[in-house]
Amino acid sequence: MNAIIVAALWGVLMMYAGFVAKGRSTNLLAVTGVIVLLVVNWLEYLGLSIFSIDTKGMLVYNSFGLLFNEVILFATLMYFLLSGQELGKSNKTPSDLYALIFFILAGIAIIAGFKSLLMLFIGIEIVSIPLYVLAGSAKTNLKSNEAALKYFLMGSFSTGLMLMGIAFLYGDAGTFFLEGINAGMGIISPMKGIGLVLLLASMSFKVSAAPFHFWTPDVYDGSPTVFTSFMATIVKSAGFFAFLKLFESAFGNIHREWQILMAVIVFLTLVIGNVTAVFQQSVKRMLSYSSIAQAGFMLLGIFALNVFAKQGMILYFAAYSLATIAIFAVLARFKDDSIESFNGFARRQPLVAMSLLVSFLSLAGIPLTAGFFAKYFMLLAVLKDATMLWLVVVAILCAAVSVYYYFRVIQAMYFKDLTADQEQQQLPEFNRAFKIIILINSLLILALGIHPDWLTNLL
Amino acid sequence: MFAAFDNFPALLIWLPLAGGLLSFFIKSEKGAKANAMIFSLLSLVVMLTALFFTASKHFMLNQVSYVWLPGIGSSFGLILDGLTRILSLLTVIIFPIVFLMVPANRYIHANRFYGLMLLTQCGLLGVFMATDALVFYLFWELALIPVYFLSSVWGGEKRIRATFKFFIYTFLGSLFLLIGILYMYLKTGTGSFGLVAFYNAQLSQTEQFWMFGLFFIAFAIKMPVFPFHTWQPEAYEEAPTPVTMVLSGVMVKMGLFGVLRWLLPMFPLAVKEFNTVIIVVIVSGMVYASFIAIYQDSIKRLIAYSSIAHIGLMAAGAFTLKDSAIHGLTLQMFNHGINIVALWVAADIVERQTGVTRISQLGGIARKAPILTIFLVIAAFANIALPLTNAFVGELMIFNGLFQFKPWIAAFAGLSIILSAVYTLNMVKNVFYGEPVAATSTFTDINRLQGLALTVLTVLIFVVGVYPDPFFKLIHETVGLIVNKYVTI
Repeated sequence: MNAIIVAALWGVLMMYAGFVAKGRSTNLLAVTGVIVLLVVNWLEYLGLSIFSIDTKGMLVYNSFGLLFNEVILFATLMYFLLSGQELGKSNKTPSDLYALIFFILAGIAIIAGFKSLLMLFIGIEIVSIPLYVLAGSAKTNLKSNEAALKYFLMGSFSTGLMLMGIAFLYGDAGTFFLEGINAGMGIISPMKGIGLVLLLASMSFKVSAAPFHFWTPDVYDGSPTVFTSFMATIVKSAGFFAFLKLFESAFGNIHREWQILMAVIVFLTLVIGNVTAVFQQSVKRMLSYSSIAQAGFMLLGIFALNVFAKQGMILYFAAYSLATIAIFAVLARFKDDSIESFNGFARRQPLVAMSLLVSFLSLAGIPLTAGFFAKYFMLLAVLKDATMLWLVVVAILCAAVSVYYYFRVIQAMYFKDLTADQEQQQLPEFNRAFKIIILINSLLILALGIHPDWLTNLL
Repeated sequence: MFAAFDNFPALLIWLPLAGGLLSFFIKSEKGAKANAMIFSLLSLVVMLTALFFTASKHFMLNQVSYVWLPGIGSSFGLILDGLTRILSLLTVIIFPIVFLMVPANRYIHANRFYGLMLLTQCGLLGVFMATDALVFYLFWELALIPVYFLSSVWGGEKRIRATFKFFIYTFLGSLFLLIGILYMYLKTGTGSFGLVAFYNAQLSQTEQFWMFGLFFIAFAIKMPVFPFHTWQPEAYEEAPTPVTMVLSGVMVKMGLFGVLRWLLPMFPLAVKEFNTVIIVVIVSGMVYASFIAIYQDSIKRLIAYSSIAHIGLMAAGAFTLKDSAIHGLTLQMFNHGINIVALWVAADIVERQTGVTRISQLGGIARKAPILTIFLVIAAFANIALPLTNAFVGELMIFNGLFQFKPWIAAFAGLSIILSAVYTLNMVKNVFYGEPVAATSTFTDINRLQGLALTVLTVLIFVVGVYPDPFFKLIHETVGLIVNKYVTI
């Protein structure tokens, strides 16, 4: 509750700050805002609620939701620190964009505590609408316009499906509350079934799970890289949290009935995401397919729906977001997205390259990085119930494939030399603050890889 | 937390790790080399000291378990028992020799080269000493990553492709291993990754079959045995020679070690079911690899294929489950490491001086470099397992086990010994004897450092060959535990 109100107010503040604050001070104000959010959210985790509003039980925060929110806010902080400079350059009035991001954070805070389908709908819409604007924020760039329109059309369509699904569920159960829908031990009526499938489809849309992933590469590729980074990490994690919570709380009793559907989605997402990523020549497009591939792994948690899945999910949010934000922050500085443009990067920028190395290793799930334990928990979650173990085999085969495309960038950075005309080009420069923050980021990834329980014990 | 230094296993982990990390901050090449030598020699000293404090009497010094992830059920557990001692000893002997042989000014960013090598040593020792499956897995990967970078940065012409093939291959194997470990963890009932909990896990026969498959693939790729060996010749050829020495001398033992420590004690029913098939496949692979070795023109590839044959023999020995074979193979793991490194050292000296690795373009080195030739011939004899050399003891015992298992298999496997004499002696004849050719006309004999390294290896070849008894005493207990598991079923 603290986070919703502070985020919304800070969004308004950012809008007006556009009149006075210029350049760096806007970024500073935004960073302050996220730190304030981190603090008030943590206070609520410790049991200290500043605002108490009677929501008639529609918003209830438990430790899982608050911890999720804390992780998201921390990722946003890293995002502001690493990509703030690019964000400032992307628009004449960056404070507007910051304001939109704060509104999104308010939406995410609603998602973190929803107990009713209404709140879920409102939360997801508050997140989506500013995002359409952000996708099209490079107003003179045709690709960005295309991305925004595509995203808007697809997003509205999936929202339509969601509303339809909610209507069916209401018709069946007579309530919007998740517990009410979950009642009736394992019995599934036609209306409930239709509602479930519609919600499954629309949530799969939001988290870009196959076969509803077609918008993802185009939108991620077309949007300005700074916002792709935000969409692919923070917003996507929020979508997953909503997905997990909805299916756990509203359809937990009929888990076995929809598990096979979920298995098909997981299988398609893993295979399509990983196999397509192999053939990409642009790092940005490769990362958008990789985000689909990683979504496949996160979906395993929703498939399994047990205690390991929750731990894994939190860890996955942190591991995936930190790594992807760092990679995108560096990528945004490059003029060219191709893998070749990373040639010889390690020689020119050893420190930044090393941080990227850690991030890529984490995405590939190599031990001693956070990504390993994220995948570990997901696999453990599926193995625990010992149903449909073939999914595990598919998952690890895909993980092996993913090594291929992540390591291509590592190979370019470390083992390949610059070509003659690349020597002429200017590689991006990084200031000291950026280097320190990206180093801290990679140290965090390593810390979570050695001690994942520092995060999972908070659950 | 982990910060205790009052026992041998912990020291053996922290010394190379500290040295490796330190190395990245040393600017000069000489300093980096000195640093690497110091830390690898310190590990050697620790290990030699540990040999005087037996595991059964001084278990506080040889066994340790730190709290790591209590929520998950994993603790940072290490042990130095008989089996571990032999392999750790091999590791700490090989690394200083490898460092000694690294030529000056050969590798750019030498500090990183030495740093990654020391990290590899840390990973290898961790694999051998871990008593916790998750720790075992982490070290299993930790040993792989530095090798990937070492080979890709400092390797030969086709290094990136060859190394990547090796990496993907073994990484896929490790993922199967991970699934196996996670499933076993869920089956322990106590939610623990400890070795003992894994040994006591209750598995049905079908479960054992599946788990056996998962673990076996991972170990078979690492060894590698036929038909999982295709990454190996290319990787050996393209990796820089010091890395090849580590790969072939120590790293392939990870697979064999995995079989002895994890596979055999955990899945007795499955092993009983499949061992004949596995032995037959492996032995056929040995003969096949030996035939290929005969037709190799590159010294490096010849040694690579010869290694597949020798490793295959050890793996076959493990699955016979006979007391003498397992004794023999444990000793032979040590011997093979020594012998193959000696061969690599000689091959490296030849390559460095002539720039040629083709057997057909070499000849007559014996006239120019008699001392090198003596050392090489001894190593070659050890490779063929002639009496008085170390390999004779090991391979004889493995054959004894194979013979007890099925005489015809032993006879068939014997072919590979004959073939190994063919290709090894052929190589010696063509490269070292005959008339000097253009490439070898300016060959000079070995220098003092090379002589030192080869002397140490040769002494070890003879000492173990003549008096292997202390080694058997070392491993007797561990081997007994494995074999006894099979007496009752």
